Amino acid sequence: MLGLLETGSGFWSAIVWVIVVLVIWVIVYYIRSKGEKSYKKNTEQDQPFISGNPELSKEGSHISASHIYWGFTEALKGYYNPLIKMHTGNMNDYSSWIVIIAVIILIIVGVNG
Amino acid sequence: MNLLTHTPALIIAIPLLAAFLMPVIGRINKKTNGIFTTFALGISLILTILLAFKILSVGTQVYVFGAKSPVLTLPSGLEFPIRIMFQIDAMSIFMGLITATVSFLGAIFSLSFMDKHNGLDKYYSLLLLLTVGMFGMEFTGDVFNFFVFLEIASIAAVALIAFRGTDLGEPAEAGFKYMVVSSISALMVLFAVGIFYGQYDLLNFAALASVIKYSQLDKIALGLLIPVLAMKAGAVPMHMWAPDAYSEAPAPITMILVVASQASLYALFRVTFSLYNITLNTLAVGWIIIILGLLSMFMGVTMAIIQKDIKRLMAYHAISQTGYMFLGVGVGLAVLANPISLSQYGITAMEGGIFHIMNHAMYKGLLFLTAGALFYRTGTKDLDKMGGLAHSMKYTTIFFIIGAAAIAGLPPFNGFASKLLIYESVYRFNPLLSIIAMLVSILTLASFVKAFHSAFLGPKLPQFKEVREVPRSMVWAMAVLSCIIIFFGLFPDLIVKNLVHPAVMALIEQFKYTGTVLGGI
Repeated sequence: MLGLLETGSGFWSAIVWVIVVLVIWVIVYYIRSKGEKSYKKNTEQDQPFISGNPELSKEGSHISASHIYWGFTEALKGYYNPLIKMHTGNMNDYSSWIVIIAVIILIIVGVNG
Repeated sequence: MNLLTHTPALIIAIPLLAAFLMPVIGRINKKTNGIFTTFALGISLILTILLAFKILSVGTQVYVFGAKSPVLTLPSGLEFPIRIMFQIDAMSIFMGLITATVSFLGAIFSLSFMDKHNGLDKYYSLLLLLTVGMFGMEFTGDVFNFFVFLEIASIAAVALIAFRGTDLGEPAEAGFKYMVVSSISALMVLFAVGIFYGQYDLLNFAALASVIKYSQLDKIALGLLIPVLAMKAGAVPMHMWAPDAYSEAPAPITMILVVASQASLYALFRVTFSLYNITLNTLAVGWIIIILGLLSMFMGVTMAIIQKDIKRLMAYHAISQTGYMFLGVGVGLAVLANPISLSQYGITAMEGGIFHIMNHAMYKGLLFLTAGALFYRTGTKDLDKMGGLAHSMKYTTIFFIIGAAAIAGLPPFNGFASKLLIYESVYRFNPLLSIIAMLVSILTLASFVKAFHSAFLGPKLPQFKEVREVPRSMVWAMAVLSCIIIFFGLFPDLIVKNLVHPAVMALIEQFKYTGTVLGGI
């Protein structure tokens, strides 16, 4: 069958996947069409509910890249701090890493290999 | 004379000649350089496709320079080949197809992307030389000429990375860094070449493979080649040049640099499989490659998550994705000496790793081009300063979604197909490796959600009110890559069966590689 990829443990067909997604989309669209029809555009129904606080301007509400996953990086500070420190931007360090890895590989290949 | 007999030489000769014609062509007007480069690389692409058909139907092609017949590898009375030759098997042409496609699309994208720059004759000359270097690394049949082509590619790449650096510090600094790491790698490669020549009086890959004894000196040569080729491929912890170089080079050059890195990866696989093969301790060397892959995958993606510069973010992802290739092919190498494991999952793991090279070149190329498109219109790479661009750059937004979904391994795109092959086969070797690979995919998706939200979603920002879609040539280059990604995703079996599997077998079956040159096939 065209599009059937054998993985050694099973198979994968993107064509079948696309057909399944389309069928699900049709079902979801049908269910949606049966929903509440009293929604009116450009009324208070369009306003987000933010516990009574005033809504920010649209331009001011955009979350910039630095603020995304702040919690993730904060929680993993112990991992990130040495990792960032390692990236010094210093050419000497770049060269040192090559030498260190070359020595390690030479030892492994020399002893085991 | 049948011109098609000389296809291997023409694939390189045409861009090489075009590179040296650039200063003359540029005298006509500013646009002719780009058009002529696209034309030359278009011919190279067509010839590469023709050669691919020939290799996949007939078998490995050899082209001997200066011989009476280009297929005469062993003139009478000689035991080993002495002439410069190209030896192009299914693996070489697999890489050649990637190089030809990406370089051609890079030239198309450059037509508009570089239109505001001066010195375009130099830019296009260097782009063509970089392509020549990559083709040479992939097609050459001897270790010394591999070094020569590596140098051509590296020197061209250094100048291209620093191309915008006449009035800016960062591109020049990135170019300098790339120059230093390239010099280190070139010296170590040359040292390894010297070791081979000193021991065996041979430079030809196939001839060396037939006599290699895996002596202490051969081990030293291997110990020099693995780290420097892995470093040029961007493996952690020798990856630090990559974010600098990828982020500062013009976007179409970054796309081509990804393939240049993959050419080094190809050389690493060529050395371990075609040159040493089972003479080495495949398990130990396989694990070295697997560990380099794991480090690259995990550290690459975690560093990507915290980036604010869109091209640095993508550069760290390029490092991370290279880890998948190391992982897949590393598992294949680890079980190379065990025929049962090799047939049960080793070949599939290698198919996943090799297929991922092609997929990565396409989706990462597309993503770097979208970053270039954003830079072209907004003048910034800083994600903090972007927002709401989906309102005015609809095509770029769609292309970014396709590229991001593909790199994150979402079905039905091509990244999913190669990652699935890796997950399922590597799981049988060591489940933990597979689980880490899946975790990295999740983090990749998270990282691209951040990039997508920051650049494209949200309200239209006042400073970008005037922004509109990029010129047509840039849209076309991105559209072609998107189509390839979707096609490879929908019909991965066609690619795996016809391109990837022959490439994997070309690596594994060393006797065929040596036999083509030395006889017996």
